[in-house]
Amino acid sequence: MAAISRAEVAHLAHLARLAVTDEELDTFAGQLDVILQSVARVGEVAADDIPPTSHSVPLTNVLREDVVQPCLPREDVLAGAPDVAEDRFRVPRILDEEE
Amino acid sequence: MSASTAAAARYEPVIGLEVHVELGTRTKMFCGCPTVFGAEPNTQVCPVCLGLPGSLPVANKAAIEATIRIGLALNCQIASWCRFARKNYFYPDMPKNFQISQYDEPLCTDGWLDIDVDGEVVRVGIERVHLEEDTGKTLHVGGATGRIHGATESLVDYNRAGIPLVEIVTKPVPGTGALAPVVARAYVAQLRELVRSLGVSDVRMEQGSMRCDVNTSLHRPDEPWGTRTETKNVNSLRSVERAVRAEMARQARVLAAGGTVTQETRHFHEDTGDTTSGRSKETATDYRYFPEPDLVPLAPDPQWVQTLRAGLPEPPRTRHRQLQVHWGLSDLDMQAIVNAGAVELIEATVAAGATPDAARKWWLQELSRQANEAGVELTALEVSPVSVAELQRLVDDGKLTDKLARTVLAGVVAGEGTPVEVMAARGLEVVSDEAALGAAVDAAIAANPEVAQRIRDGKVAAAGVLVGAVLRSTGGQADAKAVRELVLARLC
Repeated sequence: MAAISRAEVAHLAHLARLAVTDEELDTFAGQLDVILQSVARVGEVAADDIPPTSHSVPLTNVLREDVVQPCLPREDVLAGAPDVAEDRFRVPRILDEEE
Repeated sequence: MSASTAAAARYEPVIGLEVHVELGTRTKMFCGCPTVFGAEPNTQVCPVCLGLPGSLPVANKAAIEATIRIGLALNCQIASWCRFARKNYFYPDMPKNFQISQYDEPLCTDGWLDIDVDGEVVRVGIERVHLEEDTGKTLHVGGATGRIHGATESLVDYNRAGIPLVEIVTKPVPGTGALAPVVARAYVAQLRELVRSLGVSDVRMEQGSMRCDVNTSLHRPDEPWGTRTETKNVNSLRSVERAVRAEMARQARVLAAGGTVTQETRHFHEDTGDTTSGRSKETATDYRYFPEPDLVPLAPDPQWVQTLRAGLPEPPRTRHRQLQVHWGLSDLDMQAIVNAGAVELIEATVAAGATPDAARKWWLQELSRQANEAGVELTALEVSPVSVAELQRLVDDGKLTDKLARTVLAGVVAGEGTPVEVMAARGLEVVSDEAALGAAVDAAIAANPEVAQRIRDGKVAAAGVLVGAVLRSTGGQADAKAVRELVLARLC
């Protein structure tokens, strides 16, 4: 049985607002399935004495003091914006499909 | 009977509150950008809070400490080990396309806050206190009103993106019946006092540094809890109470008509006091939370937590009780002050020379009425504690009657100046000039010979007619008691 369904891939594409064609859905579902099945094999060797690992380094509490650092100049900040108006990032209205 | 009270007669409400508090740290949660309110758009951002490739977040120690202190003040357990989580969603208020938050491992869990409501103590359970980053500010343009409805595009300012934000979530609060709206308000008011006492946030609801979501459900007394709605945009104490009232009334109408309540996000509208259906909420699985790989786990040392606990200030409730004794107020009067968010206002007014009772009276009666009419919070009125104390001094000195003082106060609120200035500009000072007042009394006696005769004959109660005449002829600027004495002195 496939580790991920075509419908799940379509749902994920929607959450990321990616337009995916029917052919692409078939392709990605197949590719993601291979990846997930491979990763699932890791689970086969997991035992009670092996805790789930989220970080590869044995560190905790890496914190910084509350001290102000220089920011980026605004022209550099907005240089990466798709469009600019009133010194702000200008983007299409979101949520239209949910109204 | 209000609609929410009628709803509580048939259904049991269960409420829950999610309160977001923006911390007052100098820098953001995961980078060194400053957090000054009202700065020019996009001037307090850097590669980390913009989510530029290659940038890495590092947690702010002051924000972690502030969150632990809030948790300790709310009687929570502090996690010995926890992680941040990535909350993925597609919306331009976070440039990274995800928000760093906490999911199944909050920093603080399982506490409580005792609040005073209507002469009773209600213990509100705290489910969790966790730390996340605030989002950017989105301005919707192209529509008529700046709201998202009808807008064609959005303009985003990321100055706020990344400011540390603490989320405080209550356990469901059942059993408060018709008092549910008042309990909700009292909880937020008293939580605000608590957070303020810790000095970790300015908790200004009108500036958005404290924001509320209100969960409400109704169920029949013998049935399981009902489906809840989550009302957003509830950003004043007054609105918290109104939003719960509105949802109780609305859900009762739906249930009474045989319908079912839909689990959804709703928006509260300040102008109408109603809620409307909002966007459908993505489910938790749609957020695809996973442990934040760019931040190592937090493991607060018990010694560190102990030090923070030892440094907690006296709880506001204790301080309020001391103030209450000091001020000589009843339990109900003091609770009304706390739940109106007026403790500091009264304190400052008393410090400026007013008696506690006079300060309470002006703020909780006349000024609360004016704030209500204007649809704003008490603290948003353009009147200072010093002005209120000055006004009371004018009353005490006999320069203003209570009635004139209310008129002067309205002038102060309207921005016409200090009480003394408004009194002078509008010519509202009590006519205390004995000669002028005596002439007005003589004129009233001359104009009402029959009444005067009755008073001479011993019908002292008839003096009211002459007092009224004098008050009218002086434009309400004479003190009724003084006029009455003058009338009686002349006729008896």
